[in-house]
Amino acid sequence: MIIADGKPVKEIMAMIVPYQKIVLAGCKGCVTVCSAGGEKEVGILASALHLARQAEGNPIEIKEISLERQCDTEYLEPLRRDIDGYQAVLSIACGAGVQFLAEKFRKHPILPGVNTTFIGVTEEQGVWTERCQSCGNCLLDQTGGICPIARCSKSLMNGPCGGSKAGKCEIDSQVDCGWQLIYDRLKDLGQLDKLEKVMPLKDWSKNRDGGPRKRVREDLKI
Amino acid sequence: MDKFEPTIVAFCCHFCAYTAADLAGTMRLQYPPNVRIIRLPCTGKVDVRFLLEAFEKGADGVYVAGCLEGDCHFLTGNFRAKKRVAYAKRLLDEIGFGGERLEMYNMSAAMGPRFAEVAREMTEKIRKLGPSPIKKNAERPVQSAERKEPASGEEMGDAGLQGKSGSLKGT
Amino acid sequence: MKAGSNLEKILTGGRFAVTGELGPPKGADVAIIERKVKLLKGNVDAINVTDNQTAIVRMSSIAVSALLKQMGLEPTMQMVCRDRNRIAMQSDIFGAYALGIRNILCLSGDHQKFGNHPTAKNVFDLDSIQLIQTVKKMRDEHKVLSGDEIEGVPQMFIGAAANPFADPFEFRVIRLAKKAAAGVDFIQTQCIYDMDKFERFMQMVRERGLHEKIFILAGVTPLKSVGMARYMKEKVAGMEVPDEIINRMKAAGKEKAKEEGLKICVEQIQRLKTIPGVHGIHLMAIEWEEVVHEIIERAGLLPRPTV
Repeated sequence: MIIADGKPVKEIMAMIVPYQKIVLAGCKGCVTVCSAGGEKEVGILASALHLARQAEGNPIEIKEISLERQCDTEYLEPLRRDIDGYQAVLSIACGAGVQFLAEKFRKHPILPGVNTTFIGVTEEQGVWTERCQSCGNCLLDQTGGICPIARCSKSLMNGPCGGSKAGKCEIDSQVDCGWQLIYDRLKDLGQLDKLEKVMPLKDWSKNRDGGPRKRVREDLKI
Repeated sequence: MDKFEPTIVAFCCHFCAYTAADLAGTMRLQYPPNVRIIRLPCTGKVDVRFLLEAFEKGADGVYVAGCLEGDCHFLTGNFRAKKRVAYAKRLLDEIGFGGERLEMYNMSAAMGPRFAEVAREMTEKIRKLGPSPIKKNAERPVQSAERKEPASGEEMGDAGLQGKSGSLKGT
Repeated sequence: MKAGSNLEKILTGGRFAVTGELGPPKGADVAIIERKVKLLKGNVDAINVTDNQTAIVRMSSIAVSALLKQMGLEPTMQMVCRDRNRIAMQSDIFGAYALGIRNILCLSGDHQKFGNHPTAKNVFDLDSIQLIQTVKKMRDEHKVLSGDEIEGVPQMFIGAAANPFADPFEFRVIRLAKKAAAGVDFIQTQCIYDMDKFERFMQMVRERGLHEKIFILAGVTPLKSVGMARYMKEKVAGMEVPDEIINRMKAAGKEKAKEEGLKICVEQIQRLKTIPGVHGIHLMAIEWEEVVHEIIERAGLLPRPTV
């Protein structure tokens, strides 16, 4: 899922300085699972902002709402009903959600309350790590199901580099060396021969490098 | 100038802290009336939102009281509470409200005197800190428009808040 | 002869090669280069010019390599994959050749987190092995990666690095074999202190016949102090320093530390000369270029051959 991290409260407070009435919109999708922008986080942030603004003598009215998702037009309808009378929307959904709101609610400033960080998994409650860089050309069959683009700090296709030590990356002893993981997995699968061939150059044009991407399924269009 | 009487909200777990409070009562121990107790089945039930809302509703100080570490009736509930209290303290510091207005304490059911001591300690600490920062601008009332009630609100409130919903009176 | 560089001639002629290293200045001051060049001239067959090493911004490798050429020395231009995409790399290879550079070392590059611009975007369009393939394609097929014909072929002697001590140890030789398959001509290793482990590595290299396909230069670095030895052991990725070395440096005490460090270095070179498959040494006297002459002389490697 998409992982996000709440912005520092001070940064959010600076964004909402001009407003007295805002909507605080959460999302029940990815950001709920990674505890950054769900209903619970909406409540906590609203409380914190109330306290902060009241203490400044500049109270703020916050409409708390949690949408099913902020990336599908139909699910934005509840917000359309409630948005009148409010000056701005602080969205704690991922960047896609914030932008979609901005497209659909053109008269209101839409502010981001979280930093969208990566595509990842829940390793354990409270810990999420990156797995995918959405490169557009998946090669996980060749590397035992472990992605060198996302999990190697240098995105090497023929790793590891000389900085791999005791299974950890040179940049941080807490970060696994992606290529050590690939080596171990392929060893378990009896597929080490895959590592003896030189992996060809990556076509980065399928990645974001090639420009903003689009996917269309003609058969599904109404 | 009137002496400031703080309003303190104490979230107490049923098995230890609340029982200790009962014991303090049975032992006729004196402790300040400033403390309003909210009973929870376990401090593990504490949500960061409860703590912040208590301040929003006018508390000058808040504390969470649970079993001694290692003796939680539900095994690790008080460890979860500890982390959430720490999180809320940091958040309160970040918004300039003051994380020192929120604390966590641990005690066993037999520690009636400790309950009273904590109540005294916290009341005095908050008295020195002064009223909650949101009260100094109390010319404009606190706006909590269209707030959704927390889904698990039913478990809150037993031998609880004076003055029901809405702001707690300070004196 | 692929490039006709001094280094290539010495290696193909069966002589024991000696290469040195020069870190460019953190600015545009050429005098710093001139000072280092004075200490290296005549003592080495070619000089590696590092490419923004440890991700700290320095004068570019291609510029310094060109300056070395002007000063009458032979550069080995290092090129890392961290800062350039395939377009810039192929472009710089053309330019380097035009400026008289004939040796190139293909490296991944230290992550920018280590350097003075940790907020920079990193590139890694290619990795070091794909870069080797790229240079080989340009030199032998006369084509760039897109398949277009080249107007003037860069005849480069292609080098790469190898770290016998990084993990996973069993995989290091396989990776070296990959580099050989990609077209590398010569390899320089990271600096070696654990001779026994290196001998084991060379055993695996010989078993695969790699020592007959590529030239291998063993890296050495003289130790200045016990603190430096410890630092390398604990803080530098991919470095192994046996306790025996640490103890020798410690026992030497502060006054005799440098002398002991030089002694150890010379002993290492003597031992490396005896290992089959080692075709030379790569001496990295980091910020201690003054001792290069003494080390090479004491190791019995002077004068350097002229070919």
